[in-house]
Amino acid sequence: MSLQYEAGNFDVIVVGAGHAGVESAYAAAKMGAKTLMLTINLDMIAFMPCNPSVGGPAKGIVVREIDALGGLMGRIIDKTHIQMRMLNTGKGPAVRALRAQADKFQYQHEMKRVLEEEPNLQIHQAMVDELIVEDGEVKGVITQVGAIYRAPAVIITSGTFLRGEIILGNLKYSSGPNNQQPSIKLADNLKELGFDLIRFKTGTPPRVNNRTIDYSKTEIQPGDDVPRAFSFETTEYIMDQLPCWLTYTTEETHRTIEENLHLSPMFSGMIKGTGPRYCPSIEDKVTRFSDKPRHQIFLEPEGRNTREVYVQGLSTSLPEHVQKKLLSSIPGLENAEMMRAGYAIEYDSVIPTQLWPTLETKKIQGLYTAGQINGTSGYEEAAGQGLMAGMNAAAKVLGREEIILDRSDAYIGVLIDDLVTKGTNEPYRLLTSRAEYRLLLRHDNADLRLTEVGYKAGMISEERYAKFQLKKAKIEQEVARLREVIIKPNSTTQEVIRSAGGAELKDGIRGADLLKRTEMTYDLVASLTPSEIELSDDIKEQIEIQLKYEGYIQKALQQVEKMKKLENKKIPENIDYDAISSLATEARMKLKSVRPLSIAQASRISGVNPADVSILLVYIEQGKIAKVSTN
Amino acid sequence: MEFDTIAAISTPMGEGAIAIVRLSGDEAVAIADKIFKSPNHKRLNEVASHTIHYGHLIDPKTDEVVEEVMLSLMRGPKTFTREDVVEINCHGGIVSVNRVLQLVLQYGARLAEPGEFTKRAFLNGRIDLSQAEAVMDLIRAKTDRAMNVALGQMDGKLSRLIMSLRQALLETLAQVEVNIDYPEYDDVEEMTIPVLLEKCGWVREEIIKLLQTSSQGKILREGLSTVILGRPNVGKSSLLNSLVQENKAIVTDIAGTTRDIIEEYVNVRGVPLRLVDTAGIRETEDIVERIGVERSREALKDADLILLVLNYGEALTIEDERLFETIQAMDYIVVVNKTDIERKIDLNRVHELAGKHRVVTTSLLKEEGVMELEEAIAALFFEGQVEANDLTYVSNARHIALLHQAQQVIEDALAAAEAGVPVDMIQIDVTRTWEILGEIIGDTVQESLINQLFSQFCLGK
Repeated sequence: MSLQYEAGNFDVIVVGAGHAGVESAYAAAKMGAKTLMLTINLDMIAFMPCNPSVGGPAKGIVVREIDALGGLMGRIIDKTHIQMRMLNTGKGPAVRALRAQADKFQYQHEMKRVLEEEPNLQIHQAMVDELIVEDGEVKGVITQVGAIYRAPAVIITSGTFLRGEIILGNLKYSSGPNNQQPSIKLADNLKELGFDLIRFKTGTPPRVNNRTIDYSKTEIQPGDDVPRAFSFETTEYIMDQLPCWLTYTTEETHRTIEENLHLSPMFSGMIKGTGPRYCPSIEDKVTRFSDKPRHQIFLEPEGRNTREVYVQGLSTSLPEHVQKKLLSSIPGLENAEMMRAGYAIEYDSVIPTQLWPTLETKKIQGLYTAGQINGTSGYEEAAGQGLMAGMNAAAKVLGREEIILDRSDAYIGVLIDDLVTKGTNEPYRLLTSRAEYRLLLRHDNADLRLTEVGYKAGMISEERYAKFQLKKAKIEQEVARLREVIIKPNSTTQEVIRSAGGAELKDGIRGADLLKRTEMTYDLVASLTPSEIELSDDIKEQIEIQLKYEGYIQKALQQVEKMKKLENKKIPENIDYDAISSLATEARMKLKSVRPLSIAQASRISGVNPADVSILLVYIEQGKIAKVSTN
Repeated sequence: MEFDTIAAISTPMGEGAIAIVRLSGDEAVAIADKIFKSPNHKRLNEVASHTIHYGHLIDPKTDEVVEEVMLSLMRGPKTFTREDVVEINCHGGIVSVNRVLQLVLQYGARLAEPGEFTKRAFLNGRIDLSQAEAVMDLIRAKTDRAMNVALGQMDGKLSRLIMSLRQALLETLAQVEVNIDYPEYDDVEEMTIPVLLEKCGWVREEIIKLLQTSSQGKILREGLSTVILGRPNVGKSSLLNSLVQENKAIVTDIAGTTRDIIEEYVNVRGVPLRLVDTAGIRETEDIVERIGVERSREALKDADLILLVLNYGEALTIEDERLFETIQAMDYIVVVNKTDIERKIDLNRVHELAGKHRVVTTSLLKEEGVMELEEAIAALFFEGQVEANDLTYVSNARHIALLHQAQQVIEDALAAAEAGVPVDMIQIDVTRTWEILGEIIGDTVQESLINQLFSQFCLGK
């Protein structure tokens, strides 16, 4: 080992500068903690090793939430995308989601620039080998070159770098993503510190040169031609957009895969890690769904200043020569030059039930983990966790209250609760169906849900907060007006309703009730009863959704109310589950390992049944009564 | 307190002349008020605490009288649970008490978990700290026992049917979800409103069918309600006694004080019978007139089987013929008793009146013909069973309550679909239906939707 030296004292140290790391570092610094961010390679800050896109169903809402809390991802992608689309516009408001195609290089540069401007944040290129831990508390980190950085809080956001191994055909070598240096000693160190690790696998498709693509054989996929943005702060919109292109695999593609399956590490047993079901390799798709004649392939530009194109849908770890053959079997890609081959990567993750909902580890105080190391996949899932870990680490060091989002507050809350309560046995991806209150967790209301939280934490500027308050007041005022105002069934009214395809009024109707009709929109109602104040489009949208779907929203809120009661029943941290003899054995084991903070969290653990929850409730109440009686 | 309102049968099943259904929680009085009708029209939310009231339980939807009851109303905190408590005293016997329980469940109460009344008493500070351990043990013990019982009660066919309904809902949900989570995925048929209407409509129909068979399920569990009918002195009591003597009585209800009807539970060749003997009513009255009496009409209306007893030694009377008329639309067996005396009855006329119904001759005095009668009863039931075999029985009050809920929610989903509400909103009610059906078979794991999603469709980048 090289000579060690004292390199400085900080409040928070972030290990890693991927999508989790940058949000952690920015949040901690923004909240006022003296922060250090260490990364193996400074040129790879916020690198996108897989698809060049941000957002999509559920994930896009996470980006909005990050922005509402004061994080970076939304702001940066708004400045660096090559196209943007609103998905699910034909469906209800709960599932609308924004997705951007990123210029992945610009994204990195813009992220690096913003972080460099942050006064409380120091950025340094270094490989962390070891954590300094004393008496169950983290004290700092030691780098490969022997630099000792001290801090009472450390956040590890190591992505797929922990004992990373790239697999390509029959080749397997130690590596981080995209042939970067893997992190091996840190993985060993975590193991020595007593953490349970699990091995996961993910993969990426090949990239091709767009000069050699015959786009005439593909379908164009343009972006939306209306201005769109993730961030509530964005005012300038990029209207000069690049399209993506759609093509399909062919029978020949499938035959080639079948003939070469024996060369796939997936089937030879070389890959042992569990891969994500929602992101299968093309060989997986062809074998599992053999009756499907073709699969979609999206061609996505990796940026404005590059010819590299990401071949979405063709994730594979087949040998390079087979990948070339696959490409040439796809219409439009017959002569495509492959610039990089696809590959699979295996890596270590921390089993996330070892974490508190703040993302602090239960084993070591002050140590946090966030992102792919916690078993998730996806840039947005990583960024959301990074933000929360950064905020909580800073809060702890600065002596402020911890910040935990409920399942009814945010997709980020769903994500973290799922991880720390249930764990995961495959790389975890957010899906809208994981959110039981998804009607409340919408794209459009992320600011209404979370700006307050971000503001209290010090992540939101006064100016932005004032704007937010004004918006909120306007919405409330107009909703209240529409609940009162009565629209009379005169000829103008009937004409408007008729032309919208609705049944004429028999009687006067309140504005809010008229808006509830399927055929009505806010603008139509407002044409009959204009607002006294000027309202922007997003405010009108908000009013329309709140009133139109009120019945469903109320139902969801009632469920939340019920659950909140159980969320508020806290389980003391020092509870001794062994002392509660009536608990079933399985429930006791699970409770001991997860150590839920509330009765509600306990009830979500698989293997803890309602009787166990009842018993727990009685036991806790007994403790309270005991306290009262001794007093 | 912040708890919802729970209900359960608080007396042991099948014993005693009365049974008690207990309600506890904020809504206890309001729920009872919805279904209680007192003769002097008093409203329960206006009466004093710790008072007892006579009246009838009615089903507000049908205005049908369900039970005659004494209802005790106690407001918290001076109650066992410290919450508002209503105790409904109804007639003993499985049928009546179950109907009362189902009624309160239908109108807003939730079936109590094992040990839940005691748990609430404890949580609301009613029970002393030293008893906490006992409360926890009680919850555990009751849950384990309830689970065994529930497993025993769960008919394999019922759980298979529920599972197939859930699977249909799950596939529907997966198709909704896949369109949401993978909007650009071309392989999936968009879940359109007509498709959704069709699938959910089918589930609704199946739930309704299940609820309709629930009364047949009750027959298996609670016995075929069998009324012994006939003029005075034809041998009705003897028939009852000989059926009871020959067959082991399951449950004996003592002659009620408010009802002049005797009920006996017997098992005849595997067919459970709940014998209702109108013989308890004063014998001297004219039988046909008595049929006119409301109470006996009730007994007849609820009957699944009638045993019409005639006297072999007497000619058919006008009354006999009128009895035939009264029961013509029902299942019955004619028992011509007293073959030990000289025949005066016109057997051809009896067969003529009975039509396709069986006629059995007996001498209960000499114990002759009882075997044939039992065979006739069994044949009637098991022949009927050939059809009924394809049906699934729902008999458990909890299951019926959950099915009612599921029906309600799927109706909401269908109404919304017809009103043009977006599919992903309708999904909320479809998911809820799936969850409720899961509660019946004890399975509500959310993860299964995600599993369905990825096994049904080939997704991903």
